[in-house]
Amino acid sequence: MPMDESVRKAVLSAVPSLRAFAISLCGNVDRADDLVQETLLRALANIDSFQPGTNMSAWLFTILRNHFRSEYRKRRREVEDSDGHHAESLKSQPDQYGHVEFREFREALAQLPSDQREALILVGASGFSYEEAAGICGCAVGTIKSRVNRARTRLAELLHVNSAEDFGPDETTRAVLASGGE
Amino acid sequence: METAATRSKRLNAKPGKLGRDVQARLGQQLRAMYDEVLNQGVPDRFSDLIDRLEGSGKKDPQ
Repeated sequence: MPMDESVRKAVLSAVPSLRAFAISLCGNVDRADDLVQETLLRALANIDSFQPGTNMSAWLFTILRNHFRSEYRKRRREVEDSDGHHAESLKSQPDQYGHVEFREFREALAQLPSDQREALILVGASGFSYEEAAGICGCAVGTIKSRVNRARTRLAELLHVNSAEDFGPDETTRAVLASGGE
Repeated sequence: METAATRSKRLNAKPGKLGRDVQARLGQQLRAMYDEVLNQGVPDRFSDLIDRLEGSGKKDPQ
């Protein structure tokens, strides 16, 4: 069956955001792209279960997230892949995801529990409403809200920020500035 | 000097107490990082994949 042009367009336009979400989930660009590819294959094989008029992007995110969760659990049994490993894989790929100026932020993000990280990304970066994010994660809206709040608080702690002025170029510069001020 | 009581109070502070400015800056950094990937557009790998799937689906004669 030839793909409906509007479906094709909607799927393609969701790809960049799916990739960004996948990278934030698994912290590795190659694995993220495989995850997106598997998501697209699954989605198109089950396109009949997509309800026209609903949010295609949210539907694809749900497939990606569920697929990641089941794969992640499987891999976790195979190889040790804790959040620490996640942080390490991010550290080793500075050019693949963000500039050096985001390094600190990226590392802090990688240290968040995965349910908090995904909630924060969905609401804070992907632009989904709390309700949509709850649908994608299969949980209550209140749960998403509390995960986002905890994620922000933890990020602020990890980055040692209490006010917007605390955001510096990086830790080293801040240390130099601080010692120079005494 | 931070007393044990204030420290415990700070560490146990309820989520959602961050200042608006901090929340805004965290949001900016998060989006900046995300946008770097968005700006890469759709890699050929994915448009090719969809073309290929579409092509293979067309084998059914109308």
